[in-house]
Amino acid sequence: MSTVVHRRLLTGNKAMAEAIAQEMERDENVFVMGEDVGAYGGIFGSAEGLHQRFGAERVRDTPISETAFIGAAIGAAAEGMRPIVELMFVDFFGVCMDQIYNHMAKIHYMSGGNVKLPMVLMTAVGGGYSDAAQHSQTLYATFAHMPGLKVVAPATPYDLKGMMVSAIRDDNPVIFMFHKTLQGLGWMDQLDYSVGHVPEEEYTVPLGKANVVREGKDVTIVGIQMTMHHAVEAANQLAVEGIEAEVIDLRSLVPLDKETILNSVRKTHRLLVVDEDYRSYGMTAEIAAIVAEEALYDLEAPILRLAVPDVPIPYSRPLEQAIVPGVKEIREAVEQLVRH
Amino acid sequence: MSIPLEKLKWMYETMVKIRLYEETMVQVYMEGKNPVFNIGAGTVPGEMHLAAGQEPAAVGIGAHLRKEDTVTASHRPHHNAIAKGVDLNRMTAEIFGKETGLGKGKGGHMHLFDTDVKFSCGGIVAAGVPHAVGAALAAKMKGKDWVAVAFIGEGAANAGAFHESLNLAAVWKLPLIVVVEDNSYGISVPKAVSTAVPFNAERASAYGIAGFYVRNNDPVEMYRVSEDAVKRARLGEGPALIEIETYRYLGHFQGDPEVYRGIDEVPALREKDPIVRVKSLLVEEGVSQGELNAMETRARSAVDEAYQFARESAYPQPGAALEDVFDLAAQ
Ligand SMILES: Cc1ncc(C[n+]2csc(CCOP(=O)(O)OP(=O)(O)O)c2C)c(N)n1
Ligand SMILES: [Mg+2]
Repeated sequence: MSTVVHRRLLTGNKAMAEAIAQEMERDENVFVMGEDVGAYGGIFGSAEGLHQRFGAERVRDTPISETAFIGAAIGAAAEGMRPIVELMFVDFFGVCMDQIYNHMAKIHYMSGGNVKLPMVLMTAVGGGYSDAAQHSQTLYATFAHMPGLKVVAPATPYDLKGMMVSAIRDDNPVIFMFHKTLQGLGWMDQLDYSVGHVPEEEYTVPLGKANVVREGKDVTIVGIQMTMHHAVEAANQLAVEGIEAEVIDLRSLVPLDKETILNSVRKTHRLLVVDEDYRSYGMTAEIAAIVAEEALYDLEAPILRLAVPDVPIPYSRPLEQAIVPGVKEIREAVEQLVRH
Repeated sequence: MSIPLEKLKWMYETMVKIRLYEETMVQVYMEGKNPVFNIGAGTVPGEMHLAAGQEPAAVGIGAHLRKEDTVTASHRPHHNAIAKGVDLNRMTAEIFGKETGLGKGKGGHMHLFDTDVKFSCGGIVAAGVPHAVGAALAAKMKGKDWVAVAFIGEGAANAGAFHESLNLAAVWKLPLIVVVEDNSYGISVPKAVSTAVPFNAERASAYGIAGFYVRNNDPVEMYRVSEDAVKRARLGEGPALIEIETYRYLGHFQGDPEVYRGIDEVPALREKDPIVRVKSLLVEEGVSQGELNAMETRARSAVDEAYQFARESAYPQPGAALEDVFDLAAQ
């Protein structure tokens, strides 16, 4: 007897937009603003179809005035609205970082918990397609460094939807990073994992929970977004050599799910952390430090990390390929770890 | 007509060169992106913002600039770069990601830096305006009569950097000219949806500086207005804001589905092509067909040579990615 599994395949961007649409139906305080989120549906499709469905009052195209409209999201959130505001590329944070760092992140604390900011700042991250130094960064750590911001970075259509719903319902400000290449857009790399099963009914995926996406006993690989997918591919190749890698999809930088990482390391005794962000003072350093603090004696080899080697993202294809960690680098690092 | 004939000829040849450059790029950009468009694939990967139709802004003021004057431009920089005299071979090599490029392949199409003619551009909207303020400040502090010109789009005129820069340049009376290229859209967002006043030129009065609006993508009017602004800036009389109504014939970037505008819009704009208009002025001035042909041929060869140079140049070695973060020679 065979069971029919109904799979409803959506791209990453459609999963996000569906989450937003469902929450807009559910709660009239939810609204969207950002550059080109109207008729265009967001440059990376995060707001696809919303303008047509909900109109210009609730899906607002903004001028190129990030300080004003992200600041306005803060002000509206303080009034009990639930704004979702888009910063088109995370790289543009510079023109509005005061609003994000000094206000969005701190007002709850400075007000002694009296002012709530139930807002979501969604933003596109990542490179790999020659968009150069000002349009290719992930900047995960830049945002995760500041206390007071939840920072999430889902990697699958299922999580994009479920975590977007959680982010909207969360009473805290959430930075929701979506990876351009995982949006499943027709004009970028076509990756199998940018399309996936997404139930139509509403559901949530908690913020702050990592996901063991592949079990293994020999080594733990922690990745996020593209580096997680690369890690799974590397793990599949390593399995042929008889190495069983466990892969953890971090999904959320803040809150950080230490337990899932520590439990895995206690089992495998080896750790590789892979990041598409800069190396120094970054996510790889943070996780390495936590494991060193809490599970050092469980380790049988020094922790390894792969990340962008502290250079801006270069434009030229061979240069960019040389600095962004991929499947090959992960495989080599794991081989080095298990030989140890 | 008040334009010296030599200037008008330069404007014509430069506009033709810009147009050929952009039209060639349309083709080259699609190499390796057929039959399936993938932004990261092909001879020239990444985003590509072209300026076909926007030539008048670049040449109208470019005709008054010298090598020592600074120009900053936006994510749509080729026309401004060509009019400033940026090395076309090295610019094209940069756009191809080659080691002979202006930035050894590290910058790409949105990040072109040619120190020989003091040109730069960047991918963050309005960010070049304060840099031009700084160049103008340096000129003033050095006692030179150099000016700085910042080119931005009309969408960029809603960024804080634009307003802060105009106020700063005005209060310090700096030789700055901001040129707003009003092509009606910031990506998909029409000017009327993003800007509370019909003309950015009106905003000049908020900073106590001169503001001009050039209609109909008119290169001759752009020349006249710029002549005055540049002259006054060189004399230490402070900044100016020039907005020009211009036309973007192509998408915001190559591959843009352009869902936000009607299909008749661009053909109607092309009917009023500024290059054709300048050509007929030259004919009226008695410039022979032979001379016009010669100008066009020169423009064509410069463009062809640049693309060939870029194609034949080598890619950088991967290890070069780690160089140039800091200036090691200075240590
Ligand atoms: C600070 C910042 N915000 C947003 C963007 C994304 N972006 C790139 S070009 C553009 C539109 C610019 O419009 P305009 O200034 O009119 O120039 P045009 O593209 O029409 O030449 C936008 C929103 C950016 N690069 N930088
Ligand atoms: Mg514009």
